[in-house]
Amino acid sequence: KGRTEIDDEFLEELEQILISADVGVQTTLDIVDKITERAKNERYASEEDLNNMLIDEIQKMLSDARDAHVVDFDAPLPSTPYVILIVGVNGVGKTTSIGKMAYNYKTAGKKVLIAAADTFRAAATEQLEIWAERAGVPIVGQRQGADPASVVFDSVSSAVSRDMDVVLVDTAGRLHNKIHLMEELSKIMRVAQKKVPDAPHEVLLVLDASTGQNAINQAKEFMKSVKVTGLILTKLDGTAKGGVVIGISRELNIPVKYIGVGEKIEDLQIFDRQKFIEALLK
Amino acid sequence: MFESLSDKLEHALKKLSGQAKINEINIGMAMRDIKRALLDADVNYKVTKNFVEQVRKQALGEEVIKSVSPAQMIVKIVHDELVKAMGGEQKDINLKTSRMPAVIMVAGLQGSGKTTFTAKLANLLKKKGRAPLLIAADVYRPAAIEQLKTLGAQIGVPVFSIEEKDALKAAKQGIEFAKQNSKNVAIVDTAGRLQIDEEMMAEAERLKRELSPEEILFVVDSMIGQEAVNTAKVFNDRLDFDGVVLTKMDGDTRGGAALSIKTVVDKPIKFLSQGEKVDDLDIFYPERMAQRILGM
Ligand SMILES: Nc1nc2c(ncn2[C@@H]2O[C@H](COP(=O)(O)OP(=O)(O)OP(=O)(O)O)[C@@H](O)[C@H]2O)c(=O)[nH]1
Ligand SMILES: Nc1nc2c(ncn2[C@@H]2O[C@H](COP(=O)(O)OP(=O)(O)OP(=O)(O)O)[C@@H](O)[C@H]2O)c(=O)[nH]1
Ligand SMILES: [K+]
Ligand SMILES: [Mg+2]
Ligand SMILES: [Mg+2]
Repeated sequence: KGRTEIDDEFLEELEQILISADVGVQTTLDIVDKITERAKNERYASEEDLNNMLIDEIQKMLSDARDAHVVDFDAPLPSTPYVILIVGVNGVGKTTSIGKMAYNYKTAGKKVLIAAADTFRAAATEQLEIWAERAGVPIVGQRQGADPASVVFDSVSSAVSRDMDVVLVDTAGRLHNKIHLMEELSKIMRVAQKKVPDAPHEVLLVLDASTGQNAINQAKEFMKSVKVTGLILTKLDGTAKGGVVIGISRELNIPVKYIGVGEKIEDLQIFDRQKFIEALLK
Repeated sequence: MFESLSDKLEHALKKLSGQAKINEINIGMAMRDIKRALLDADVNYKVTKNFVEQVRKQALGEEVIKSVSPAQMIVKIVHDELVKAMGGEQKDINLKTSRMPAVIMVAGLQGSGKTTFTAKLANLLKKKGRAPLLIAADVYRPAAIEQLKTLGAQIGVPVFSIEEKDALKAAKQGIEFAKQNSKNVAIVDTAGRLQIDEEMMAEAERLKRELSPEEILFVVDSMIGQEAVNTAKVFNDRLDFDGVVLTKMDGDTRGGAALSIKTVVDKPIKFLSQGEKVDDLDIFYPERMAQRILGM
């Protein structure tokens, strides 16, 4: 028993919800197709059944960060110093996320060092110094205008000699269509490898949840110069839902690792697919 | 990079080349493509719906039906409607006041580009012969004051700040400082805030009430998605701002937010911020924006 067809009203409402959550037209259409098909094959009895199918289908599109890397801050690291490079376009929340991550790793008993490789933006190092102080971890930096790759080299060297567990590398915000700035990232990677051959162990791309479909371009372009291993989705404490990560996760197979939910040091959470989807559909 | 809308429509309407006229059905197909193009450009869902309805009505009018190249005709309608929706005449910022100094306040979400913009604007006004002062009224973000000071030093514009974490006090004392030092325009940089943060929105309202700025500018990241509408609406309800600044236009975003925001709050877009350097500031042309949104 049960129904096999979904009425147009439901599908239209679903479309509106998904598009309004920045899921994007293509992914929205694909979700609508999936749910229509599933209803046909499996039948459903109530709207609740339908909703559960929906959550399940979207969940399948979101890759799981735990498949590739350690997620929990207190989990043992595969090697040390474990170098994490943080990248993204301007103003998305890279520096703030580093402060929060440093605090989390530190609280979990790890020795953390922050590399201030944004030598470009006005007062970037001063901002990061405040975060390092709040988290209670050391920071390595140089004067404004210095070569960011050289800061990374210093930092990684220092981390090796001081027996650090984690190095968090802050980089300047850069729009993904600026070729020379993207090349700078590749250089940073190469330089880090001089000291720690398998560095960086992770490259996290920070995305602002209020960003629309341009986030897909961001992910694609950053992927070309550095192998992005995960996403940090920030500013989810706002009204934006960040639905664009579904398409990114599906198309490029990059999982969301952490979310930012505020401007305080405790406002970083491990990404929870179920919770995210529930908020998205609300 | 994007298949342009006119190509798409050409394609959708190809099927009717055998037919003499456009009818409801193939217009419907063309409208679906237009809707898709706008949504891909991050134009708000509801704004898109209304916009497409407008275009549909026009497209069914006599002219298009008779035209030899209906696709181009429809693209022209879309384009013209977009320009109309975003346009009106170009409006400058209002500094025509006898007050010393004229006060400009900027507000917006976190990381949208406010601080950078204040420096760019100060630079522009200075070049036009004004004597600007930058006031640091973001007392929350780590090193916000340092950032503004660094930018101020780059353009040779003084920056006023106080030790105390009180945005209103900083702004008021800054304006007093401007008066005493013959600065004729004071630009107030405020902290980033979410439109649902009641405490912070109340602070912004208080700043407006106490400073009575000649000009309040809402700074928004051009990469913003569907929430552009809500965000702009709430900021406008609370501050009744005078104009919009679209930032990070040097990226490859289609910038549909421009249409969404203009539609819901009907305030002019006054500046485009197009880079990280202090000179990267431009005025807004509805025509160019329309083409960008359409991916033409
Ligand atoms: N509400 C909210 N604000 C955030 C969050 N993360 C960062 N921010 C704010 O966003 C703004 C930009 O954050 P930054 O950490 O400086 O961003 P960034 O990516 O390092 O910026 P650039 O280095 O200039 O490219 C600041 O005002 C932060 O306080 C978040 O999760 N929620
Ligand atoms: N590429 C580009 N970057 C920009 C532009 N405007 C600002 N930025 C960058 O965006 C980031 C955030 O700019 P800010 O001026 O600090 O933004 P804000 O709104 O003051 O941020 P908060 O005070 O934290 O809310 C910085 O890295 C700026 O250099 C622009 O037009 N183009
Ligand atoms: K949210
Ligand atoms: Mg930063
Ligand atoms: Mg600022």
